[in-house]
Amino acid sequence: VAGIAGSTERAIFTEEHARRAGWLQGLDPRAKLVMFLVAVLTAGFLTNLAVLAGLYAVVLVAARASRTPFDFFIRRVWTGIPFFAGVVIVPSLFLGGPPHLFSLRLGPVTLALSVPAIWSALVFVMRVGVSVSLAVLLVMTTRWADLLKSLHALRVPQVFVLILSMTYRYVFLFLHAVNGMLEARRSRIVGVTSGGEQRRWIAGSIGCLMNRSFHLSSDVHSAMLARGFTGEVRTYHRFAMRAADWIAVGGCAVVAAAALAAGMLLR
Amino acid sequence: VHIPDGYTSPLFSLGSGVVTVPVWSIAVARLQRTLRGRTVPLLAFLSALSFALMMVSFPVPAGTTAHAVGGTFIAIVAGPWAAVVVVSVALVIQALFFGDGGILAIPLNCLNLAVILPLAGYAVYRLTAAGSPPGRRRRLWAAGIGGYAGLTISALAVGVELGIQPLLFRSGGLPTYSPYTLMQAVPVMLLSHGLGASFVEAAVTVLGLAYMRRLYPGLLASRGSA
Repeated sequence: VAGIAGSTERAIFTEEHARRAGWLQGLDPRAKLVMFLVAVLTAGFLTNLAVLAGLYAVVLVAARASRTPFDFFIRRVWTGIPFFAGVVIVPSLFLGGPPHLFSLRLGPVTLALSVPAIWSALVFVMRVGVSVSLAVLLVMTTRWADLLKSLHALRVPQVFVLILSMTYRYVFLFLHAVNGMLEARRSRIVGVTSGGEQRRWIAGSIGCLMNRSFHLSSDVHSAMLARGFTGEVRTYHRFAMRAADWIAVGGCAVVAAAALAAGMLLR
Repeated sequence: VHIPDGYTSPLFSLGSGVVTVPVWSIAVARLQRTLRGRTVPLLAFLSALSFALMMVSFPVPAGTTAHAVGGTFIAIVAGPWAAVVVVSVALVIQALFFGDGGILAIPLNCLNLAVILPLAGYAVYRLTAAGSPPGRRRRLWAAGIGGYAGLTISALAVGVELGIQPLLFRSGGLPTYSPYTLMQAVPVMLLSHGLGASFVEAAVTVLGLAYMRRLYPGLLASRGSA
């Protein structure tokens, strides 16, 4: 938990990468949001593995130009995907038609690994990978306040943005509280405790965590009001689309059109 | 129950917004009418709670994922329309920051988890608890049944949505998106939730409501629904 909390805090909540000087960090958040939606939509429509791989290569170049730590970016995306998307798609490998790589008879059941199904599964996993990579890249290179402000510019209702902004803070508080409770417990325990004792501790700490978080949420809201928060998201940056932003949006549209055209040609 | 991008057609995912967006509009309008300053931290707290519950998920082969949501609990505590907004916010954060559930699939995931689940769960709760005054034990049972029903109905919806993909979208004779048919996706989603995650959802709803009754009875009394 400490590892997850630490790495998430470093990666997301401190906005370490969003504050760096890089290509995507320098763009207007609204332009980035539009580019992101265009790219995710393109990935969603692609059915060719090579074209999807090409699109992923473009995402990697954008990540490099935005000075995001490469190993972290790739690891963060590809560590979870095989576990979730991979497990979900595994049965389909044995449901596809011929040709089959091998066929295994287990009593009344025959397991045959289908080549077309393997291809479809690879496309599926790659498409999920590109989509998740794009989301991670957007979040890593955009300050949370700017992202909220651009949602507001897209006419997302104020109350929605307000709850979104506070929930984000509370997720951070939850992580801190859980981490603190585990650290406090570990530093006071010598030896091995029984399963029943551990279960009682977990049940008690869940109740305690809810109680603390509830009080803390009221305190955070009071502090926000004390600082003059009225529900409107304010940032230092005044949004203004410059030539570089329009060029980036245009470039993204060209890449998307080229990928879709290549996908149709190679179908 | 989170559907990732690429598992359903983008047209289908975004098209589900035809249902989700009007429900969001109604929910936001209803919420704004009843929203008071102190309610905002409660809703954000409930959203963070739902987020934490959804993070503990397990992949379901031939389906998506199985996990608790807390949607019915939130609907009972804060109201069904507030639950629509609260669970939607948790889903948006999950999709953006943790890649759990697709970005284009946000309207579809919100339809299943933030619209169908709390509204169905709350309706079952109200039906089961009908005639029982607030604070009675029967309401806790009704909450558990509502939580169980809400998540199971939501899982059924996901199974149907995945199962119709091979019927709607094919290229070169192969399914373009989810390859599982209705006869495969629906039983898998129903069994994984009906025999597993829905019981966890029921327990979360009952324990959460009992906890709120004990520590924050004023909050529930103001809604008069528990």
